[in-house]
Parts: sequence; structure tokens; C-alpha cells
Amino acid sequence: MIKVRGLHKWFGDLHVLKDVNMEVSEREVVVVIGASGSGKSTLLRCINFLEYAQKGQIFIDGVEANAKTKNLHMIRAEVGMVFQHFNLFPHRTVMGNVIEGLTQVKKLSTEKALSQGEDLLKKVGLSDKADVYPAMLSGGQKQRVAIARALAMKPKIMLFDEPTSALDPELVGEVLQVMKNLALEGMTMMVVSHEMGFAREVGDRMIYMDEGRIVEEGEPKELYNNPQHERTKTFLRQIL
Amino acid sequence: MIDLPWDFTAIPRFFPGFYVAALLTLQITFFGILVGLVLGLTTGLMRLSKNNLINTPAKAYIWAIRGTPLLLQLMIIYYGLIDLVSIDRMPAAIIGLGVHNGAYIAEIFRGAIQSVERGQREAAMSLGMTGAQTMRRIVLPQAFKRSVPALGNQFIIALKDSSLASAIAVRELLLRARQLGASTMMMLEMLMIVGFYYLMMTSILTLLVGRVEKRLQVSDYRE
Repeated sequence: MIKVRGLHKWFGDLHVLKDVNMEVSEREVVVVIGASGSGKSTLLRCINFLEYAQKGQIFIDGVEANAKTKNLHMIRAEVGMVFQHFNLFPHRTVMGNVIEGLTQVKKLSTEKALSQGEDLLKKVGLSDKADVYPAMLSGGQKQRVAIARALAMKPKIMLFDEPTSALDPELVGEVLQVMKNLALEGMTMMVVSHEMGFAREVGDRMIYMDEGRIVEEGEPKELYNNPQHERTKTFLRQIL
Repeated sequence: MIDLPWDFTAIPRFFPGFYVAALLTLQITFFGILVGLVLGLTTGLMRLSKNNLINTPAKAYIWAIRGTPLLLQLMIIYYGLIDLVSIDRMPAAIIGLGVHNGAYIAEIFRGAIQSVERGQREAAMSLGMTGAQTMRRIVLPQAFKRSVPALGNQFIIALKDSSLASAIAVRELLLRARQLGASTMMMLEMLMIVGFYYLMMTSILTLLVGRVEKRLQVSDYRE
């Protein structure tokens, strides 16, 4: 589904991704962990071309894309993204947020978009909030709307960039539940998160990144209980 | 009783006689602002372009217009360009005020657009929206809302600045006051009338801007 080959990314002199190679297969849930500054978010953002890697290749469903690719926005549409800070559109209602991509990118009629929007809001348990503005929602509700908005595009893969890090502890569960349901439905997912419970329960593979490199990867329980590298051990000890 | 050199009873008597001049003031202001908004949005967006061929002209325009007095700009358009094109006084006043305000409005829009969080753009792009769609549907509506207070301020300045059109013989409020003041020998009285007119118009404008601000706040309400 996604293949990354020899990816390098620099921010000025800062070398944030160093020869990253990885793959996400269809229906696989990959959890990426690592300290802040390890490059895990940058990797995710490169895969959605919100950042452009200077070197290496990215294949989305077998098709290579980079900064020069024509109609890059159509490739972005196939990759859903959920952000740490939700990034809901404050001037649109909840429903307006969910159908924005449907009416503007998929060019659906408002009627069709609304009916799909209702299904999506039902899926994330927010049918009763369709007409309110994001400012009135809790963080957990906002993130569920953001997930519905990304799902509306029927993406081939969903990227989650620390989806629960900005939430109050009591709101984390509702977002994780929606994500679990998605994983059970067979959605291909790449999740940057330190939610070990989620990783162990629904993750197929866990990747540990440090200083721009993939240090170690493996089955989540295995990696968690029996890390091979010293740095992975130290990191796992720190986040507990 | 002290004998004042002024006859303030002239104020209500002459007040209605400024009606036509007030309309001219409003016309210059309205169309000047309209031209300013179009120019301001265009150059504001150009100014934000990463392409130097596009942002340099915008920067030059803002630099030149903000760095010189409106009075000078009006004189250049009306008197200075006479060998090139002869522009009537009304259009000259509107163009002058429009071009002048365009530079300030461009900076207002630029600031407002830059104040919209990067995440908004990223969320729109991640949905597959094009750069133009993102700008039009996501960034600009939020930027417009944020620019309303500053725009309102600029509109009030434009209304008052329209008085400079008197220097190119547009018979708006100020010139009308000077003419009537001279012929009736009641300069202060006539100038005061004009003052009342300006106060009335700026008050109404302030009220209108306040209403627009309120209406745009619907999406901010929390329960």
C-alpha cells in the first residue's frame, strides 16, 4: 500500500530523516513510536506530501509520487490524515467539515454528500452534533469529527499524527475506540502514538524511530516486551 | 451678554444645504473603498507569493503608496498626468483614494491571511483540495473575518481622507464649507456643519462594522 525507499529529509541543516525504508501493507496497522524529534511525524507528513523529502522514493499503492508529480492533490486525497491538533475548519459546522472534501474534491452533490456525512457522523457517534460549530465540541469530539472528515474521502490509508496527545486523559478512550473500530474494519493505518494499549491490541507492527532512523521494528507485543536495541529499551522505560 | 463674532443659528439653517456635498463625499468614499478592496486583495495575495516576479511589484506598490501623502497622489493623478490622460475630478478622486487605500488594505489582508494557522491549510490539502480551493474556501473566509476590525478602521480613515479631494476641486463637504464660509463670512459655522456631517457618517460606519463583526462571530460561540 505504502512503500518508502531511502527517504532523506532536511530542514535547513537539520537532517531529520536518514535513509528511511519501510512498508505498510493493505489492512495493516503500523504504530510508530519514538522520542520527539525522532522524525516520526515528519515521516508521516512526507507520506502525505505536506513536506517534501529531498531524497528517496515514496510509492502510494504502487504509484511513485513526489513534489513534481502532477495532480499531487489527487494523491493526497487517497491518503487520509488526522492531526494532533485536529485542524477542524472553525468557520464550518461539524457537517460542513465532514462534507467539504466530498463536495469540493469528489464533486458530489450537496444532497449525496449530506447523506454520506450522516453515515460518517453516526460511525463516530456524533450524529447529534452535525449543526454545531467546532468551537462547541470537546477535544475528543473534535478529533472524532476530524476522523470522519478524513474517512469521507474513502482513503486507501489513514495516517494518524499523535491523535490523542492533545486530549485530556478522560477523552483519549473515545478516540481510540473509533480508531480500533476502523482497524477492525480492515482500514490500513499508520499511527504515530505512544498509546501502548492501542498498539498492543490492534497494531500489527510497531516501528521505533530514533534520530531520523528506524532503529527497530516488529510485532508490538514482541517489541514491547523484548526490545533488542539498547535505545529502544531506554525509550520504552521512559514512556512508562 | 457677551457678543460673539459667530452666528450659530446659521448651523441648522445651512445644515440641509450640505446634503449634495455629503452625497459626493459618500460616493468618493464608497467607490474608493471598493477600488481599494479589489486592489488590496490582489496585491495582498501577490505580496504573499513566493515568486519574486509576482511579489516584487506588490511590494513596490505598497512601498511607494504608503511612503507618500495622499494629497500628493491626488495631485499627480489630477494635475500631473494631464499631458498623458485627462481624468475628470471625480474619477481622479476615486482612483486616488482607491489606490491609496489599496496599499493599506493589502497589508491588512496579508496579515490576516498569515494569521490563519498552518494546520488549516494542511488539513485542506490532506483532503485533496488544490491550493486555490484551500485559499478560497478555507483560508480567505477566516482571514476576512479577522481583518474586519482593521478594515473598519481603514474605512473610517478613507471617509475622512476623502476631504482631500477638495484640493482637486471636487465639491465634497470640505470644499463646500470653504466656499459657503467665504461667501457668507461664516467660516467657523460652515466648518462646524461639516464636522457634524463627518461625525454622523463615521458613527454610522462604526456601527455597521460592529454589526458585521458580531454576525461573523456565530461560529465562535461556546455553549
